[in-house]
Amino acid sequence: MKTIKKMKTTRLLALLFISVLTFSSCQKDDHDDDDHDHENELITTLIYTLTSGTETVTLTFRDLDGEGGAEPTYEVSGSLTANTPYSGAVTLLNETEDPAENVTEEIEEEAEEHEFFYSSTNPLIDVAKTDLDANGNPIGLTTTLIAGGAPGPASLTIVLKHEPTKPNDGTASGAGGSTDIEVTFNVTVE
Amino acid sequence: MKKLFFLCVFTLSFINVNAQECNYTFKGQITDFHDNTPIIGASIYIKNLNKYAVSDDQGNFIIENLCSGKIVVEVQHVACESKLFSLSLNKNIVKNIVLEHHLKELNEVIVKGSSKTDKTSVEKSIKKTVIENFTDKSLGDALNTISGVSSLNTGNSIVKPMIHGLHSSRLLLINNNVRLFDQEWGDEHAPNIDINSSDRIDVIKGANSLKYGSDAIGGLILIRAKKYALLDSLFGKSILSMNSNGYGGNVNTEIVKTYTSGHYAKLQLNYKVFGDFETPDYNLTNSGLQSKNASVRFGYNGLDKGYDAYYSFVHNEFGILKSSHIGNVNDLVQAINNPEPRVIEDFSYNIGFPKQSITHHLGKIELYKQINRLGKLSVQYDFQINRRKEFDVRRGSLSNTPVIDLRLFTTSIQPDLMITSFENFKLNVGLNIRYQQNNAVSGTGVRPLIPDFEKFDIAAFSIGNYTLNETNEFNFGFRYDHSKIEARKWYNRADWEDIYNYDELFPEFETGIVDGTRIETTPNFSFHNFSTSFGYLKRIDDNLSFLFNYGLANRVPNPSEFFSDGLHHSAARIEYGLLTMDNETANKLIISLEKKDTDFGFEISPYYKYINGFIQLIPTGITTTIRGAFPVWEYRQTNAEIFGIDIDVNKKITNRLSYNGNFSVLKGTNTLEDIPLIHMPAANFSNRLTYVNEDFNQLSISLGHKTVLEQKRFPDYNFFTYNALIQEDVYVDISSTPPTYSLFNLNASAVFEGFSGGDLKLELNVENLFNTKYREHLNRLRYFADELGRNINLKIKINY
Repeated sequence: MKTIKKMKTTRLLALLFISVLTFSSCQKDDHDDDDHDHENELITTLIYTLTSGTETVTLTFRDLDGEGGAEPTYEVSGSLTANTPYSGAVTLLNETEDPAENVTEEIEEEAEEHEFFYSSTNPLIDVAKTDLDANGNPIGLTTTLIAGGAPGPASLTIVLKHEPTKPNDGTASGAGGSTDIEVTFNVTVE
Repeated sequence: MKKLFFLCVFTLSFINVNAQECNYTFKGQITDFHDNTPIIGASIYIKNLNKYAVSDDQGNFIIENLCSGKIVVEVQHVACESKLFSLSLNKNIVKNIVLEHHLKELNEVIVKGSSKTDKTSVEKSIKKTVIENFTDKSLGDALNTISGVSSLNTGNSIVKPMIHGLHSSRLLLINNNVRLFDQEWGDEHAPNIDINSSDRIDVIKGANSLKYGSDAIGGLILIRAKKYALLDSLFGKSILSMNSNGYGGNVNTEIVKTYTSGHYAKLQLNYKVFGDFETPDYNLTNSGLQSKNASVRFGYNGLDKGYDAYYSFVHNEFGILKSSHIGNVNDLVQAINNPEPRVIEDFSYNIGFPKQSITHHLGKIELYKQINRLGKLSVQYDFQINRRKEFDVRRGSLSNTPVIDLRLFTTSIQPDLMITSFENFKLNVGLNIRYQQNNAVSGTGVRPLIPDFEKFDIAAFSIGNYTLNETNEFNFGFRYDHSKIEARKWYNRADWEDIYNYDELFPEFETGIVDGTRIETTPNFSFHNFSTSFGYLKRIDDNLSFLFNYGLANRVPNPSEFFSDGLHHSAARIEYGLLTMDNETANKLIISLEKKDTDFGFEISPYYKYINGFIQLIPTGITTTIRGAFPVWEYRQTNAEIFGIDIDVNKKITNRLSYNGNFSVLKGTNTLEDIPLIHMPAANFSNRLTYVNEDFNQLSISLGHKTVLEQKRFPDYNFFTYNALIQEDVYVDISSTPPTYSLFNLNASAVFEGFSGGDLKLELNVENLFNTKYREHLNRLRYFADELGRNINLKIKINY
């Protein structure tokens, strides 16, 4: 009698255990059939629009399939006129979404954690940041640009740093943080 | 005490039933339950008459001149479980008695981690006492103490074990007889095992592992549970560990209840917390961790049948060095050139981003039945759920959303028959049926690193062990595996059509669904594999033996080798798997000369592995992204050769002073290109002097040292990148290895007998005694920061 009882307990325990296993393995709360995630963090497109009142030059970087895949495209709509002040504005888009998501707004919202840096092979191309975050430090979404000196080809590099030291020495390498954007355009100064 | 009392009552109740006639005989034969062989020298004791007999060469016994009435008989043999029964005597009785010859397995006092998994295998063990020393560390840290075992680290808390330079999918981890599946393909994925839940860890370097899988190219790590004695007992153990580095520690408690009947139950709980660790010079910001673990085990260890149920829960939260989050190659160059990490903040227990958060459930139930004159039949069912979330430094509302969110469900059933009825031959046959489902949980806002897939495995194995004579033993194994992988993945059309030409190679995988630049595909693969193993043991004398192991192992490519597709942040590279990947086939040879003697013992084990189709990640080009130029690394197959030697020595200097040392060196070569393999451990050696005084509170003091030489053999994967900021090409040195380092550590411990049956052990450890500043080339974060500085650790262990 005692053995039978013990056997029963054993079986009961085993049964209990198996049912627990089954229950926990059937938890489908976190299961989904969709792995086609939309990349809502992606920046596919950077447009740097320079206007001097009369003319507008746009510098466009576009990589619609993100990292890897097809190579990105660079488009510079025209040449810059020397010694002319341009006002510049950066637009960041995620064009994998429809309609395209405006990432610029996200950067504006987190202005304290972001900063743009501009540099050129032509030291006379001068970019000054005209916007400030809540702490009074530059952001770089809006700028003024003056291409001084002799005409010719030059490069213009735009860097966006995430979590840089703010304020910093004004250079991307001095600011630390991690790089979210690093795009170089070839421009011509006339 | 209680037991004894019952026994007395039991015995007394028959003592007065003696009758008059006293010419009966009681005889019979005593045999082994498993193989029916006679048991020699068993004692047959009639308790109420105080009469003895001993079984002879044939296992026969006879007791004469017995009076009629009841007798209480106890049959005992040194390696068996005693048997107690009563008989009514009113005629001559012939009774054959079967004894279970397996007390060794059941009795915790006899087994102290000395028995091997397989007599012919080349293996090393870590005992419970050593495991306890690593209570607040990881499995990988404990295994690191074994010669030939090293680890691939990410920081200091994510430690991935490596045997002979091989890791991840090439290493099998068996937890309580369940093969661990926890996204082990990833370099930064440490095994999800709470070291405190184990009783003993075996590292099998040789080939005798076909029972668990065909793919143990590196080796096998067996995490074992304890067999409990058939006693009515309740005992427990608690350990508190505190550390000066990371201002953290660990609390672990286990409590065990056992019954004479064979029932047992165990509960183990563990909590671990550390804040930011520090190097000799600075804090490692965001390197803290938190870990919550629990395990429950219960079962019945009967003579002819039983069961064992086990469930373990592991939850780990690892902070990853903040400075290791970089955006592009220029950030990496800056990190390599900076002597210190870019972010150094004050000490904190806070775990920010990046971090990993992993939960692992493992449950199993095993039923067994001893079948008279055949052997042991067992069936095991198990399941595992692994949920891995990796968080990165992200923008805005996505901050709390993981970039990687994978859920892997694995379940398997394993029938197993161990045939022990032949005299010199043991045969183990079994099946292994497994189903796996990976779910790339949506909502991460990032392309999943590993897609949704299902995997089916079915395998059959047969392992024979033949004892030729007392000095020669052979082991043969065969295994057949069939695996099927069915995945669903969205590819970049440019990758699918132009770069990898998959539209021509695998048109059958296309579903026809295209969404902008993306194409949906359903890759599926099927593999058939044969694996074999051979082991030979020659006992030269009592302590000295020679072992030879050969193995043919086959490994099916893992999901990352097939499907990786995207940016690997901390490595600043874009990684691609290839659908054209094929099996990896390894031929492994290892021999070992072992002298087991506490006065002077050694183990010398040279080995050689040749791996056909060795899959490795290598740089193949450069691609441009919005973050700048990135090197592209692809999984490619080559042929590889690894050979090396592990040497262990122990020597007793005086009665109280002993020496242990070990040395490992290996050479790994990519034979197709004739260049060294990446991430091969450097030659290293360690020495330890231990003083033990058993009479003085078991005082033990030991001084240890470990030197890791500079790895001079590494493939040169350095490259140039254009730095637009300084308008120059910059040399990116990702290959060069850090210099040689030596670390010293000191341990002291003492045991204090206290309360009823319990004791208290105090232990003081100092790691990195001289606060040496160093970097280890097998740490993936070596570009960013130094290794840990000195740590003072105090452990309080209470046994009750």
